[in-house]
Amino acid sequence: MKISMKVNGVDYENDIEPRTLLVQYLRETLDLTGTNIGCDTSQCGACTIHVNGEAVKSCTMLAVQADGATITTIEGLANDGELHPVQKAFCENHGLQCGYCTPGMIMASVDMLKNNPNPTEEEIRHGLEGNFCRCTGYHNIVKSVKAAAVSMKGGA
Amino acid sequence: MYAAEFDYVRASSIEEAISLKAENDDSSLLAGGHSLIPAMKLRLSTPQKLIDISGLDQLKKISKNGSHISIGSLCTHKQCAESEIIQSNCPALSDAASVIGDPHVRTKGTIGGALAHSDPQADYPGATLALNATFVAKGPSGERTIEVDDYFIGLWETALGEGELLTEIRIAINSMNANSCYVKFPQPASRYPYVGCGVSLSSNNGTCSDIRVGFSGVGEWAFRDSGVESTLKGQPLNDSTIASAADKAAEGKTVLNDHFVSEEYRRAMSKVYAKRAMMQLS
Amino acid sequence: MGKYIGESVLRKEDPRMVTGEAKYLDDIKIPGMLYAVVKRSDYAHAKIKNIDTSEATKMPGVLGVWTGKDFEDVNPMPCAWQAGGITNNANTPRVLEIDKVTFTGQGIAVVVAEDRNLAEDACSKINVEYEELPVVVSAEDAIKPGAPQLHENAPNNICMEWECGNEDGTDKALSNSDVVVKEQLVNQRLIPNSMEPRGAIAEYKSATEEFTVWLTSQAPHVHRLLATAFVFGIPETKMRVIAPHVGGGFGCKIFLYPEYCLVIALAKKIGRPIKWMETRSENFQATTHGRDHSTQIQVGASNDGTITSLKVNTVANLGGTLSTIAPGIPTTLYGRLLSGTYKFPNIYCGVKGVYTNTGMVDAYRGAGRPEATYVVERALDLVANKLGMDVVDVRKKNFIQKDQFPYTPADGITKGLEYDSGDYEKPLNKALEMFNYTQFREEQKKSRSEGKYLGVGFSTYIEACGVAPSAWVGVGGEGWGAGLWESANIRVHLTGKVVVTTGSSPHGQGTETTMAQIAADELGLPFDDVDVQYNDTLGTPFGYGTYGSRSAAVGGTAVFNAVQKVKQKALRIGAHMLEASADDVVYEDGKVSVKGSPDQAKTIQEIAGAAALGYSLPEGDEPFLDETAYFDPPNTTWPFGTHICVVEIEEETGSVKVKKYLAVDDVGNVVNPMVVDGQIHGGIAQGVAQALWESGEYNESGELMSGSLIDYAIPRTDCLPNLELDRTVTPSPTNPLGVKGVGETGTIASTPAVVNAVIDALAPFGVTNLNMPLTSQKIWNVIQKKGG
Repeated sequence: MKISMKVNGVDYENDIEPRTLLVQYLRETLDLTGTNIGCDTSQCGACTIHVNGEAVKSCTMLAVQADGATITTIEGLANDGELHPVQKAFCENHGLQCGYCTPGMIMASVDMLKNNPNPTEEEIRHGLEGNFCRCTGYHNIVKSVKAAAVSMKGGA
Repeated sequence: MYAAEFDYVRASSIEEAISLKAENDDSSLLAGGHSLIPAMKLRLSTPQKLIDISGLDQLKKISKNGSHISIGSLCTHKQCAESEIIQSNCPALSDAASVIGDPHVRTKGTIGGALAHSDPQADYPGATLALNATFVAKGPSGERTIEVDDYFIGLWETALGEGELLTEIRIAINSMNANSCYVKFPQPASRYPYVGCGVSLSSNNGTCSDIRVGFSGVGEWAFRDSGVESTLKGQPLNDSTIASAADKAAEGKTVLNDHFVSEEYRRAMSKVYAKRAMMQLS
Repeated sequence: MGKYIGESVLRKEDPRMVTGEAKYLDDIKIPGMLYAVVKRSDYAHAKIKNIDTSEATKMPGVLGVWTGKDFEDVNPMPCAWQAGGITNNANTPRVLEIDKVTFTGQGIAVVVAEDRNLAEDACSKINVEYEELPVVVSAEDAIKPGAPQLHENAPNNICMEWECGNEDGTDKALSNSDVVVKEQLVNQRLIPNSMEPRGAIAEYKSATEEFTVWLTSQAPHVHRLLATAFVFGIPETKMRVIAPHVGGGFGCKIFLYPEYCLVIALAKKIGRPIKWMETRSENFQATTHGRDHSTQIQVGASNDGTITSLKVNTVANLGGTLSTIAPGIPTTLYGRLLSGTYKFPNIYCGVKGVYTNTGMVDAYRGAGRPEATYVVERALDLVANKLGMDVVDVRKKNFIQKDQFPYTPADGITKGLEYDSGDYEKPLNKALEMFNYTQFREEQKKSRSEGKYLGVGFSTYIEACGVAPSAWVGVGGEGWGAGLWESANIRVHLTGKVVVTTGSSPHGQGTETTMAQIAADELGLPFDDVDVQYNDTLGTPFGYGTYGSRSAAVGGTAVFNAVQKVKQKALRIGAHMLEASADDVVYEDGKVSVKGSPDQAKTIQEIAGAAALGYSLPEGDEPFLDETAYFDPPNTTWPFGTHICVVEIEEETGSVKVKKYLAVDDVGNVVNPMVVDGQIHGGIAQGVAQALWESGEYNESGELMSGSLIDYAIPRTDCLPNLELDRTVTPSPTNPLGVKGVGETGTIASTPAVVNAVIDALAPFGVTNLNMPLTSQKIWNVIQKKGG
């Protein structure tokens, strides 16, 4: 079945099996492998991307459901080589270790900060409850998001 | 994990969705997909045809409609959680919507999808029972309404007919529904409710004039708890009457007993959460 | 200290990971690549009567379906640590099981197809006929008379028996003690759940008979060695193993798994590259689990709180078959730690390793040491409770004193190893100050009277990191079929840029950064001029990999030592260039200069250039600054510290909330404080999770009940409080960096702190012990029973 979508500013049109998951389409058809798969029960959030400006789990969506959508993945977050403030904050605050959950965690954080530019620690912790990390104990993830919120208010 | 093969078709109208459903025995309706797709990935559900109704924009609205609130079945949990109309007229529903899954699940999952699925561990059933909701279903033989008390009829089973599409959830606008809440004791891994308790309550000079109590997560399917209701109804609202009413929670009901949580504990937590919900409203 | 060591230098690894550029195994695509899906056993204990693959073989896109019989020429996986006198009863998995399965989820057939969907479709069409056998899942049940027997060569399901210490002496001391506390402590099964599951890709070139294999691996050299020498019987040189970016391991990616070898065998059979990537559901069943001990402790003490004796009998569940180093975990890495930070005069530990119809159990973060720490730290609280003493006082009373180092624990339980250095009161006192203990006890009293149940728990732990030396732990000692040294090579290129290659194999620990800090500081070069390469058997010296908190203490020291060799050579070449005597020059800040004449100097870049061009070298010196070092530490390092946890219990529900968590750790010198703290944070989260939420549970028929993230509760963002960390620094004398290691600290220390806190909170209900995980239901039950 034919689908088309704009991913990270590029238009794509492909013929795919209806059962293709959106994450599978991004990773296997478009070779955008930055989005990871961490579970098979819609819990872990490693596959979080933005569909039409909202954070969703791309493992729980069929590619055909995103037909016509505008999508941003981790590969599309930096602007002309300049890291997004959230990406920068994760680097500066040791918000990642093995990096596997990181793309999803960053996409979720960007979405959260869009809706709530000035979150409290508790709001950050609740806002990221759909994204699992096994390395950091979340401590520095929370710190990174706080730092990103501050820098986004000051600059961008 | 990937789903088995299926055909996919988009419905461009409610009528088309209904006729597609009628034409295909082994088909499922796809809304947000957050109940169906996980089941398909595990191959617990293997429909041959998926009828995607997510483009039916007329089912995505929340509005006041005379004496009731009308919630389109394709409204997302996020919409329901954030809707001021719902928050002020039937907060039990926005409470429930706001604690489903996680933020990303709430962005895509829909109220209609969740209610049609009738997962025993879901949040909406307890809330809609408390709110005395009415479900609007459309099928080959036209439209009909189903009262919530008649809706949840079994494990993964609702009163929706095979060819019917849930289009709307109606909740009466009244002071009782405006005084409602949903509280939840989540399972630590899935965050589904061990116990989810929805209550709506009206009072007159400190006396409980009416109350509805619905439970999710406790039994094989959601149920209304008349034992709690009748114990509190007509009583003055205070700690001790609420405690006695809460003590009736799940009495006479079949309560789940699984590897992780015993029946005894679920029963006890039903009492605790019924009490908390009632306290919150009194 | 130089410019970089001791500083929170930002990680070199991060830019590629925050942009999605990092390639994990499943991101790799090779032209012509096929996909393998493994058919797994539906039963925990059964004979395989027949596997019908005919329908699956005919499915579209399927290259073939194979069963265990097709791989009879492939050896079973090796057991590389035959502790406890295992002789002929090390039952290890085959690439696919042939006649019998001993746990649910064992591989019994494989489909290879053009894509994953087609492989899964076909896999669902394989029909297996089983003859079910009786099942036993608990180790204690498995050794009872009449229990189902898993392996003919292991009567009563006993795989091995091991002991350390002095049983007679300990028994005597127990009987002479003023008080003796007996308790049954359960250290439940955990499922590691690295966020990236396991995977493998193999490619075979028939012309050269060479394999290239990509593995989710913590130890690519070891994987290559075990696969070639033990499983396939081919020269090591015929295989290159690459660990691409690895999404966490926590131990579970150390081992040689059947699926890894299956993919290697298939690549040769089919002649096309093959990828296998497990799903999370498969990961739950088929990746190794951790812990699963049931332990009887007896601890004797005098009335003043002095502990006189500790006797420990542990039944360790090893699963249906043995994973790579399974027997070493509940023995050496457990029993030898049972003196903790305390001068127990009499100790005995007996361990039975047992087969059951459950998934394989091997190292999971901490590996044996968390189990030991749990026993010791719970024992201290049990004694304090029995005597009505304060838990802090009992700890201080029994601490090994700082002037007793190096300290050798009693009864030879460490088999000759000494604790290297320590000052156990220091972190405890610092933590008590941060916490304000006295005030807490007052608040606790007050809150109890208001029906609120607060509790505090302490863990004044010790751990053993960078386990060594090879002579002690290896084949001639504890039986680990490995050396435990590590390697590093340093090349200073013609341009003065440095490449460090290491046998360590980091997968999230930030080792690329910390090793660059060490090399840059020691060479006196900018951090950015140092590139650290790893995770590939091609181009790195042989190394044992990353686990056991060993990368800084052992691998980092290898880097340090290689730099010293480079500097020695640079001094000779520099002296030659300066026309000075080699005794007359010094190496400082990246320059070789004549003593007393700093202006007469050659930079390391100039020297590297001269060494590379080779036109004028001192007599006898070879060109190029290229040196390799292998470091085999003289001793294990012994970090320690104090963790304090405060919990609040909700009486109505039994729910536990972690209100406060603080940790003062002493991991020796610290190379990168940011990275060290990050390791502790993550470790604490996993340790708290064991105490409160996580549990790998099978039902009676051997079905894994906690088989997905729907039922197995790994912590989420909102489960944990902000973690308050501080440290004391007692350098390790066992390596020139003075570091001790930190990867497992948090996990080892935290679990008993949390459990002790919960038990403390439940004191008004007369509770003295509860076994993990401390679920709300469990706590509610005891409150009901004892509260009334």
